[in-house]
Amino acid sequence: MPYKTLKDLSLKEYFGPGHRLCQGCGAGIIARLVTKVAGDNTIIVNATGCVEVATTFYPDTAWGLPYIHVAFENSAAVASGVRAAYNAMVRKGIVDKNPNVIVLAGDGGTADIGLQSLSGALERGDHILYICYDNEAYMNTGIQRSSATPYGAWTTTSPPGKLSPGQKTGKKDLVGIAVAHGVKYAATATVAYLLDAANKIEKALNTPGATFMHFLSPCTPGWRIDTANSIKVSRLAVQTALWPLYEVVDGQYITTVKVPKRLPVIEYLKLQGRFRHLINKPEEVAKIQAYADKLAEKFGYGPIST
Amino acid sequence: MPKKVSEMEEGFVMTTPRSSMQTKTGSWRTFKPVIDYSKCISCAICWSYCPEPAIFLKDGKYTVDYEYCKGCGICAAECPVKAITMVREGE
Amino acid sequence: MKTILLSGNTALSYAVKQLDVDVVSAYPITPQTTMVEKLSEYVANGELNAEFIPVESEHSALSSVLGASAAGARVFTSTSSQGLLLMHEIMFITAALRLPVVMGVADRAISAPINIWNDHSDIMAQRDSGWICFFAESAQESYDRTIQAYRIAEDDNVHLPVNLNFDGFILTHTYEPVTTLDDDVVLKYAPKKRRRLVLDPSMPMTFGGLGSPEYYFEAKYQAIKALENSLKTIIEADKEYERISGRGYGLYKAYMTEDAETILVSLGSVGGSIREVVRRMRREGLKVGALSLKLFRPFPAKELVEALSKTNSVVVLDKASSPGAIGGPLFLEIQASLKSFGANVPVIDIIAGLGGREIGPDDIRIMFNKGLKVAAEKKVEKILDYVGVYL
Repeated sequence: MPYKTLKDLSLKEYFGPGHRLCQGCGAGIIARLVTKVAGDNTIIVNATGCVEVATTFYPDTAWGLPYIHVAFENSAAVASGVRAAYNAMVRKGIVDKNPNVIVLAGDGGTADIGLQSLSGALERGDHILYICYDNEAYMNTGIQRSSATPYGAWTTTSPPGKLSPGQKTGKKDLVGIAVAHGVKYAATATVAYLLDAANKIEKALNTPGATFMHFLSPCTPGWRIDTANSIKVSRLAVQTALWPLYEVVDGQYITTVKVPKRLPVIEYLKLQGRFRHLINKPEEVAKIQAYADKLAEKFGYGPIST
Repeated sequence: MPKKVSEMEEGFVMTTPRSSMQTKTGSWRTFKPVIDYSKCISCAICWSYCPEPAIFLKDGKYTVDYEYCKGCGICAAECPVKAITMVREGE
Repeated sequence: MKTILLSGNTALSYAVKQLDVDVVSAYPITPQTTMVEKLSEYVANGELNAEFIPVESEHSALSSVLGASAAGARVFTSTSSQGLLLMHEIMFITAALRLPVVMGVADRAISAPINIWNDHSDIMAQRDSGWICFFAESAQESYDRTIQAYRIAEDDNVHLPVNLNFDGFILTHTYEPVTTLDDDVVLKYAPKKRRRLVLDPSMPMTFGGLGSPEYYFEAKYQAIKALENSLKTIIEADKEYERISGRGYGLYKAYMTEDAETILVSLGSVGGSIREVVRRMRREGLKVGALSLKLFRPFPAKELVEALSKTNSVVVLDKASSPGAIGGPLFLEIQASLKSFGANVPVIDIIAGLGGREIGPDDIRIMFNKGLKVAAEKKVEKILDYVGVYL
């Protein structure tokens, strides 16, 4: 059922409270939303990372759904196994319902160390929904760069200095990688646009084969933002076209949240301490603006207006 | 609280769903959100964005659960009618 | 009962088929490949009603059967050498999560140099992972132990993963007549039953949580004790199997050890060659004996001490090394066991057969002669020696 208002979201809580995620953590919002949309008949597979460590700190588990964490780089493979088990058990009459199998993994466990097992699962088309909550660095181990860290961002392993602008490379296009595997559905999402995300999660769960979602997830300590600004920053990421919201259905790119009047990237960067060293370097900001301009063109976002 | 070997489930499995509710994260906060119900329009935005969650629908009103609220301030920042104020604890 | 011409690999796949496994996930590596190929054939033509996951690496192979086992399915995987090493971190996790995964290992040497032939170094590198570990000497034994493995792994008093070791090429690829049980007999002996602790939406539970210093030690202790206690079930399962099939294997096979002056202890298929040399040397009046160990983990220390304490010297044949230690892995276990239980038998270690180097009757004779010398002189001059290497 399409989500039109927030009141369409289930009131049932499958996640928390009492977990140890930071104040204002985007991943907490994502976990809560995903489980609400997926509902009772769901199994969660989680990679090592912020969510896993903060939500399953023995003897506290924040999960009201069956949940498994194995290791850092294999959540897609574990999910493939869970799915295969249920396929076989349903076929043999051992169980009667085949549940949703959802992977929740960070950018670390997806784009870098987890890329191989993700590729395997996507190629095989195992019926799982893989959700990458992207906080743009290896946050759980103390804010080290990942291949999803954006250009110019400070992290402990991409610190700005005399010889470095901060992160030297841009973000890996994970949705593009998923689409290259031939998945029937892939999408970007972020916490500020909950209904857009909810509808995408629902669509993905009802699409056959493997599906992929890339969820931008603000990190209050890692991005050096005020804990109250998580949603604001997430919204600005979209409105500056740095994080366009779209879905890819059978290879067709469709923009789902249109931005007719775009904001300049400085509005997004100036709220975050991790970009502080760039604010007074117009040539660096220009590079980031150029990247946003390209995305805006690709996804039909409007011109900059202040 | 440490557990004896005999009290541990096989394979370190946790069998109580959402057992994290025994940890009252409300002790983390410095500021707490206070909702002015004369302004509140029950739009559900604060409820939908809370990461804990620490805002629940109770008797038709969106209410803060101070046992768990970590005081992040997202609800106050996102409320479209500015019905939520962040008040320092102890005031 | 049917007698079929099977290799070690195809004997294992035949047993897995009869056991009505639900999920098979494996990545090919020489010399395990024909086992995986046979299983995907069985699935493709409907003989085995299972999901076959063609994974992209061994790490994913074990990860996916782990996930499937956690969901309550009966699973199987297999690998060798580099593949087994690639799965290493998941080996520990599988045992700690108490999941009854069964894995066939076609024992093969580890790189470097890259070598596809048999020795035991790959499985020895897993000895602390918490798995039950069997060694087979024939395709028949591989078949029988596979069936036992499911009965043991899935037993409510055990819930531990089991690996079955059979020598690469020597057993995997050599065909012999294997007497198989009927399908219904196999499933009656090892019935399928979903465990209490599984991933199921009707009872949400959390697997793999974080264990802080306040809790980790107890969790580990519990898993260690479970492996120790599994010995009882292992012995019972073998006795029950003997009742239904006429074939039991025990924890070891002792051959002419009662009055032996020296006993050569080994793992795996070389046991057959050793027994043949025993027969030849006995005909010459030399009192030698052989012990082929079949269970490596949990290590049956007490039982072995009983079998070895009355002889005058023990020679351990290690087909793996532990560089920097005074001997190979099997030697270290046996020496520690004997001394800890007060058996003052001198023990020497011989490393041989690395990388598939053949161990022939002349090599075995050299090993026995070293043992007889120690028995006669009542002293050990060289703890560790090598046979078959050109120095």
